Amino acid sequence: MIDTFVIPLVKILVVLNATLVAVSYMVLLERKVIAWTQSRLGPMRVGPYGVLQPIADAIKLMIKEDITPVRADRWVFTLAPIISMVPALIVYAVIPFGPTVTIFGHAVPLYVTDINVGLLYIVSVASVGVYGIILAGYASNSKYPLLASLRASAQLISYEVAVTLTLVSVILMAGSLSMVSIVLAQEQARVWYGFVQPLAFGIFFIGSLAETNRAPFDMPEAEQELTGGFHTEYSGMRFALFFLAEYANMIVVSSVATTLFLGGWLRPFPNVAWLGVLDLIPGWIWFLVKSFVFLYIFIWVRATLPRYRYDQLMRLGWKVLIPLAILNLVATAIVKVWWLA
Amino acid sequence: MDAPALRHGAMFDTNELELNMGPQHPSTHGVLRVVLRLDGEKVVDADVVIGYLHRGIEKLSENRNYTQIVLLTDRMDYVAAATNNVGYCETVEKLMAIEVPRRARYVRTIVCELQRIASHCLWVGTHAMDIGAMTVFLYAFRERELILDLFEELCGARLTYNSQRIGGLPLDIPPGWDRKVLAFVEVMTGKVEEYEALLTENRIWLERTKGVGVIEGPEAIALGLSGPPLRGSGVPRDIRKDEPYAAYDEMQFEVPLGKAGDTYDRYVVRMEEFRQSLRIIRQAAEGIPEGPVVGKVPRLIKPPAGETYHAIESPKGELGYFVVSDGKSTNPYRFRVRPPSFCNLQALRRLCRGHLVADVVALIGSLDVVLGEVDR
Repeated sequence: MIDTFVIPLVKILVVLNATLVAVSYMVLLERKVIAWTQSRLGPMRVGPYGVLQPIADAIKLMIKEDITPVRADRWVFTLAPIISMVPALIVYAVIPFGPTVTIFGHAVPLYVTDINVGLLYIVSVASVGVYGIILAGYASNSKYPLLASLRASAQLISYEVAVTLTLVSVILMAGSLSMVSIVLAQEQARVWYGFVQPLAFGIFFIGSLAETNRAPFDMPEAEQELTGGFHTEYSGMRFALFFLAEYANMIVVSSVATTLFLGGWLRPFPNVAWLGVLDLIPGWIWFLVKSFVFLYIFIWVRATLPRYRYDQLMRLGWKVLIPLAILNLVATAIVKVWWLA
Repeated sequence: MDAPALRHGAMFDTNELELNMGPQHPSTHGVLRVVLRLDGEKVVDADVVIGYLHRGIEKLSENRNYTQIVLLTDRMDYVAAATNNVGYCETVEKLMAIEVPRRARYVRTIVCELQRIASHCLWVGTHAMDIGAMTVFLYAFRERELILDLFEELCGARLTYNSQRIGGLPLDIPPGWDRKVLAFVEVMTGKVEEYEALLTENRIWLERTKGVGVIEGPEAIALGLSGPPLRGSGVPRDIRKDEPYAAYDEMQFEVPLGKAGDTYDRYVVRMEEFRQSLRIIRQAAEGIPEGPVVGKVPRLIKPPAGETYHAIESPKGELGYFVVSDGKSTNPYRFRVRPPSFCNLQALRRLCRGHLVADVVALIGSLDVVLGEVDR
């Protein structure tokens, strides 16, 4: 009873709440880091050093007037933010935050579930999220969001190809689609896949910037050209859902990158025996640290780089990243079959 | 505009999309309105609509006396208000043949060049922001703040300075101001490198600006461009060199020129102008001569009957004033401004054609228009 119902339920609640809190604090972190980059202070008013800012933001967004344009497609307009948000949250079900630990005599794995098609699940669910953006642009019945949603569909679909191809290389290495098995395979190989597959890692990173609509690939929102892009017509909590979905997706790709390329919950340099003292730090802390590094780079990139143009982005995706990813996949397969077998 | 044309031949009939950009748009630098006709994301035609900031400054001036007009000129290019003051005062001085003391001319040179840097700071910030690099904006505004502080000390205001009078300056410079200017030059020299480190060799920046909005030298002249957009196309025209005013004839500086005439060259020209401006400020601030700051000006400013045109090199290009006096009143009979932004803006339609929506904001930025000056 406890093992089948209570523990999973508690875990779902913890993961869901931790994610939502992490997402709202991610917004604060981004504002702070960008402010520091730009020799500003960032939020300072709400609580010491602005730590309560996310709560103030949430209250503000909730009590704002919720406007639906008269000419909008009401049902789709309402549905779009939900379609964006839900996939971003349910992906967390398969992300392994740590190994199995024993709490009060119960063996508790630090993930909600481990399904044998974990990676496939992530890729499929994440692509459902794209519909939220496309539908939002379509349903708003306004020109700027329409342009943005056209850009979004083209961008997300083409970058998904490149990202998924790099995932296949990792699957070849690990021989499994299960997120937990991929981490265990890295433990067994005594090396993080990021070192073995640097090209795949690079492509995954660039592709995930594009897939999460982050700078320098933030064309669908392109504030300067499209005045906010697909969420131009949204206000209040519906706008907030898009906003939170973006950050939730950032955390998802950071977690996936950590799991696939940086050894998940493993300590740094699992192949160096004398660094064994690092094992004293629990795995989930390593996981969070690695994900945090990723998130920090996301913010750093946003603060530094200009934005690509739509056609340049497509060129980069189709003419550079996808061929490289295919090349990498073929090379991995050849090495795996002829060399290692 | 006539109805969008239907294009046949493709599998589906496609319509051109008419997109109204502005006057309330984050990247049109004020209240510019551009009506774009799009084929997908490609701009087929761009109709530039102006007039949302028209305050009738030229007409108003006909009912103000010559000293009061200085204050109105502040409201044109509000990013470089003191440059407008200098241009206007020199025009009236030319009409009345007033000799301006050398000290005042030196201070005017410093003021003009500080304004050029302030204006270019605002330009580099917003231009980079339009293309998505937001950090440059805050870096540039940080340094612009230093210039505003210098102006606050000089004339008490931070944006609309009213800092010149016909015949010279209203007040002598505060003691130690020239040393503060020199200290600013030291600081700013390093900061220009900082902006360039973020942009000049950045691959994305190059891809976004190179080959975008190319305009050849002869066409640039035909369109009436001036200032950095003209020099970006390789035309060596700078009023500071060709028809020196203030104390520019005593300054050593170079006029940076571009080659290709694209957005990148216009960017490079302005970045180099930062350095040349700093060079001029250093020379002027080190060599400020002693003496009075106001020439011999009659109590009642009533120019003799006649007309004159006088142009200066404002940060945006040729800023010209045309003043007609009937010799009887203390108001000008006709007051007309040739604003550089207005003339440069007419190139926008030509530049936008064939480019993408994202380029339109880059092109508006590369022309560096101030709507206060376009509409007056």
